[in-house]
Amino acid sequence: MRIPILKLYNYLLISIQTEIDDQTAIQFQEDLLDKIHKSGTSGVVIDLTSVEIIDSFIAKVLGDVVTMSDLMGAKVVLTGIQPAVAMTLVDLGIHLTGVATALDLEQGLIKLHQELGE
Amino acid sequence: MGTQSCINIQKEWDIVGARQLGRDIAKKIGFGTVDQARIATAVSELARNIYLYADSGKVCFEAIETIDKKGISMIAIDSGPGISDISLVMQDGYSTSRGLGAGLPGVKRLMDEFDLISEKEQGTEVKTIKWLR
Ligand SMILES: Nc1ncnc2c1ncn2[C@@H]1O[C@H](COP(=O)(O)OP(=O)(O)O)[C@@H](O)[C@H]1O
Ligand SMILES: [Mg+2]
Repeated sequence: MRIPILKLYNYLLISIQTEIDDQTAIQFQEDLLDKIHKSGTSGVVIDLTSVEIIDSFIAKVLGDVVTMSDLMGAKVVLTGIQPAVAMTLVDLGIHLTGVATALDLEQGLIKLHQELGE
Repeated sequence: MGTQSCINIQKEWDIVGARQLGRDIAKKIGFGTVDQARIATAVSELARNIYLYADSGKVCFEAIETIDKKGISMIAIDSGPGISDISLVMQDGYSTSRGLGAGLPGVKRLMDEFDLISEKEQGTEVKTIKWLR
């Protein structure tokens, strides 16, 4: 299973719609970095509206993907984190500090636009 | 006491199966969305630990009932290498696999009751309960 990565203007857009297993998460990490490299994008939105659980493994992959993208010069915004997911992340002691977030995809794109000034 | 439903954990995809089963049972018992997510997340952590550290094992769920409350019991059992220092693995951030080390301490916070029994070379058993509020 592969998570589709779409290109929208200068940005990459990912909407995670399926239950993520570990392998899919790692594949996604590779695919995204590859796509950032090839497209030269400066901004990425990962929409998590349909994601019902984020455990410590998926949280680590997401946190790593943000750090790695940042090293490559692309800013990542996570959007649409469900209230239940936010609460379980706090219970797990995971704070995703330094990770940009926004309420929904639209707000995420606005945030990128503001920060990157494109 | 209800009947027990167990799922074997052998391959990575079983982690997904276990959390779906856990969520379904939690939903049937009447847990709300936030507690369903807490239970599913806890299952995911324990199932992954079995897969990563013990190769195989199982996770069992049961609807439980006392005179004044209802809940779900979730037990993760394996016959892997066991844990010699329980207080060490219960520390936030402790991991032998470059993970976040958030699994076991996280499960303790996600659930209402938590009990870890382990014997070196014998295996590990994590018993947890979440009560319906
Ligand atoms: N079922 C198990 N059998 C043997 N060791 C385990 C088991 N579960 C956890 N451990 C040990 O406890 C440590 C902490 O586990 P956990 O809190 O889930 O964090 P992580 O999985 O990120 O390392 C693991 O790194 C591992 O060494
Ligand atoms: Mg773990």
